[in-house]
Amino acid sequence: MTTTGFIIATIIKILVVLGLFSALAGFGTYLERKVLAFMQRRLGPMHVGPYGVLQVLADGIKLFTKEDIIPQNAVKPIFMIAPIIGAATAFIALAAVPILPEFEIFGVKVHPIIADINVGVLFVLGVMASGLFAPLLAGMASSNKWGLLGAARTAIQLLSYEVVTGLSILAPLMLVGSLSLIDINNYQSGGFTDWIVWSQPVAFVLFLIAGFAETNRTPFDLLEHEAEIVSGYATEYSGMRWGMFFIGEYANMITLGFLASLIFLGGFNDWGFIPGGLAIVLKVSFLFFFFLWTRAAWPHVRPDQLMWLCWKVLMPIAVLNVVVTGIVLMM
Amino acid sequence: MSLEQFKDRNVVQNYVHIPVDKPPQKPMDKFKQVVRRTFKGELFVGLWVVFREMIKRDFHTVKYPLEKLPISPRYRAVHKLYRLLESGNNRCIGCGLCEKICIANCIRLETRYDEKQRKEVTEYSINLGRCIFCGYCAEVCPELAIVHGQRYENASEQRAHFVLKDDMLTPLDFLKEGKQEEFPGFGAVSPNADERIKKTPTAY
Ligand code: SF4
Ligand code: SF4
Repeated sequence: MTTTGFIIATIIKILVVLGLFSALAGFGTYLERKVLAFMQRRLGPMHVGPYGVLQVLADGIKLFTKEDIIPQNAVKPIFMIAPIIGAATAFIALAAVPILPEFEIFGVKVHPIIADINVGVLFVLGVMASGLFAPLLAGMASSNKWGLLGAARTAIQLLSYEVVTGLSILAPLMLVGSLSLIDINNYQSGGFTDWIVWSQPVAFVLFLIAGFAETNRTPFDLLEHEAEIVSGYATEYSGMRWGMFFIGEYANMITLGFLASLIFLGGFNDWGFIPGGLAIVLKVSFLFFFFLWTRAAWPHVRPDQLMWLCWKVLMPIAVLNVVVTGIVLMM
Repeated sequence: MSLEQFKDRNVVQNYVHIPVDKPPQKPMDKFKQVVRRTFKGELFVGLWVVFREMIKRDFHTVKYPLEKLPISPRYRAVHKLYRLLESGNNRCIGCGLCEKICIANCIRLETRYDEKQRKEVTEYSINLGRCIFCGYCAEVCPELAIVHGQRYENASEQRAHFVLKDDMLTPLDFLKEGKQEEFPGFGAVSPNADERIKKTPTAY
């Protein structure tokens, strides 16, 4: 492929991923409200469009037309830039994620990955982790008690789960011997029994738990828990800036779904009679649903419990897992 | 919830005392508790419960302005004035008891003698801004003329709405269609009123 062709293809891919995933993130809010409502025996949004599907549009109009308020004592540039960090990192992380298997369109072979870098996992996790700068900066810049508490909790959360994410993913990486998500995916190409989740169940559970903390979803949604700190880091935000945090959060959930399915659940390999493209969509949808499901079912933990859980329970287990995997590999 | 259940005021409160264990003190006990809770699968019970509710699709949403929950007949909302069933005349005889008993002092009525020297109520109004919906007026009325209605949505452009005589009095066409139902609520005669009447002492 020529350089110009490569650039054009990459730009097209970027636009498609950006458009598709911001739409999906928006639609994710609708799904979340609907699923939560059903689980709590409510109807959820019902009035905009059939079964309320156009609620996202109504929300979008509302967010776009709202006044963009910047509090008097806020640190203005940081306050303004923080939500952009949140949304941008979420989408940058998607750049190294192979979304579908290769396919052919108009005679051109398409790799549905923007940048196939050989340290894919590292890149995605790193960028997602740096996304936590968004709540941290937002909370500290907005000159609000609740915002500050939210920011402090962000720091706690980051310190707690980041170790677990890294250690839990180490064991499967030792098995595969590569950091590229495509290599990891190909490692599991032998079908259902080849999925890493069967050889590394502990790592899978740990990674999911850390993922919940990473996307600050319910058992660990300390940063903006309404009942305790109003809205945490987002207390002072309104309009589209607030919306960007949420697009970021939902995009992160989708990215995490992709990561978990690629690393542990067989990725986009064909699954029995289901073609690979559909298989990964199904897996990611299930993981997304699982995020919403736990939100309806489980209470959330206190910050000290989170630290306790991550450092005293999950980290030792993760280390043990790595050691045992190493011994088994050496034998 | 059906109306019958709703009207049943003799609710027995079945409180169950749930024993709460003392939190563990020693580190080893704490550890044991964590292990016990982790492998007990309580988290999955929670997941199953919400999932079951989702697939049951047994929703309890009331789409409020379009549908409403039944309210008790004893509910005391915006007042109504009733008419006599046969003649269609206003039941109110202008005795003024309601005006007298009203503790918020918000009923005002004007009366005069009509051509046949009968008392006629020309104006009857309740200041809803002051009414505390105590129901004394409905209880004291000897003619069951003023009763409490079921209309609890009293938002309006004007405070005076709802509460003038014309607003409260049963419309004549409504009465002719037989839609004025006897008020079963506050201050109304009980269904077995006849049995409960005692002879006055002068009879024996
Ligand atoms: S309900 Fe009570 S306060 Fe209201 S008008 Fe009747 S007597 Fe007065
Ligand atoms: S107590 Fe009844 S009859 Fe007497 S004035 Fe009031 S509404 Fe009329």
